[in-house]
Amino acid sequence: MTRSTPHATALYDIPGPATRKRHFLYGVAATAVIAGVIAWVIHLLFDTDQFTSQKWTPFTYKGIQELLLRGLGNTLKAFAYAAVLSLVLGAVLAVGRLSDHRPVRWISTVLVEFFRAMPVLVMIFFVFVALRVQPLPALVTGLTLYNGSVLAEVFRTGVNSVERGQREAAYALGMRKTQVTVHVLAPQAVRAMLPTIISQLVVALKDTSLGYLITYEEFLHAGKLIASNLDYDLPFIPVVMVISPIYIGMCMLLSWCATWASRRQRRNPKTEATGASTAGQGAVLPGA
Amino acid sequence: MDVLTDNFSLYGRGFLGTVELTVYASLLAMALGFVMASFRVAPVRALRVIGTVWVTVLRNTPLTLLFFAVLLGLPRFGLVLPFQLFAVLALGCYTSAFICEVLRSGINTVPTGQGEAARSLGMSFGQTLSNIVLPQAFRSVIPPVGSTLIALAKNSAIAGAFSVTELLGTYKTLNELGYSIIWSFVWIAVGYLIITLAISALFHVMEKRWGVAR
Repeated sequence: MTRSTPHATALYDIPGPATRKRHFLYGVAATAVIAGVIAWVIHLLFDTDQFTSQKWTPFTYKGIQELLLRGLGNTLKAFAYAAVLSLVLGAVLAVGRLSDHRPVRWISTVLVEFFRAMPVLVMIFFVFVALRVQPLPALVTGLTLYNGSVLAEVFRTGVNSVERGQREAAYALGMRKTQVTVHVLAPQAVRAMLPTIISQLVVALKDTSLGYLITYEEFLHAGKLIASNLDYDLPFIPVVMVISPIYIGMCMLLSWCATWASRRQRRNPKTEATGASTAGQGAVLPGA
Repeated sequence: MDVLTDNFSLYGRGFLGTVELTVYASLLAMALGFVMASFRVAPVRALRVIGTVWVTVLRNTPLTLLFFAVLLGLPRFGLVLPFQLFAVLALGCYTSAFICEVLRSGINTVPTGQGEAARSLGMSFGQTLSNIVLPQAFRSVIPPVGSTLIALAKNSAIAGAFSVTELLGTYKTLNELGYSIIWSFVWIAVGYLIITLAISALFHVMEKRWGVAR
């Protein structure tokens, strides 16, 4: 990405000098258009008086900063609970789906399919309204049920993607099914699926903002409180401009962890056993 | 059972609201996603940067925050539109980032040799694109686009919390009318299941018809 790397794609050949010149002109035009749009947005912001001191000084008040920080803390608290619980639930449901007992397998399949098909918000509202639970437990429950069932599928795919020879060798050594799963399959599955697991945690982090809709006092809720304050001249746009970089930044950080994990994994020889099968041609020649 | 039969029109309106929201937002997401995907595979670096920024930012934005900013923020700029249109805008833009990635990886699955062969036959860029690359990309893209659109249908529930008429929002009225909350939620769940299963069936048929034979 540092240079415009000239690699051929199905779409076009490596450009020659004349084409490169033309592409450069396109690039200049596109940059000009984007600069124009940004300038227009900034003009609009000034035009509607979004940068008045009355709207921005509140952010220097200690109370306001504490309110925002408390909201951020609550968001992270909900995320931590939801992440841990959904990892546990995911593991339980995945074990259920891989069970040798048919009823257990069926029950876990139905649960996983149902919770994956339901919108998270419906589950959160159901727990919040119908079961009359406090906002935090309601939010955590909804997030856990949804992300837990998605993670169950991720774990199951991971376990199934471990090369067959690994399982067969472990059984041949006389290990029990539990031992095989815990000592042989699960570690390799988790390693192979780590990027996907982290990406799912990003979804959980993003969805904690649904707590705003059930009046859980999280980050967005704190922002809303400030934004609807008449004393500060309803600083809605400033609030969005403060909140969204923090939110997006947190999610990007976690997404970046997922990218890092997957890049590290590609270099790691230890994942070769599963790497080949996730590439799409698994179990053709086990142990090859 | 009474809850459904007594309030059929209410449920119907909510159901249609969700369907409408899903359809319009899907169209917007497909169009925008296509534009952004073409930016991301373009030979011009500035366009690639635009596409990458669009995707990275939107994929990491909580949808509630986007709804919050669009539905309550844009009116501050004097842009007053019906809430439904705002909801379509927010949902469509959010999903376009995911569609873009799906389309891009679809285009990348087409082997380089296909394009090279087309060009060596003297095909122009447009011909290569419309006769060689896109048809092949389309086939491999059907299942992931389907699951993205199912996610969109589920995400449309958030619009209900911002006072747009849709399925989840019906529980409020039913609650005030004093119906059993549990049953009203059961029927809401059934409504969502119908929508998601319909989308998944549609894409299953498309996959059977045009998908890559495995």
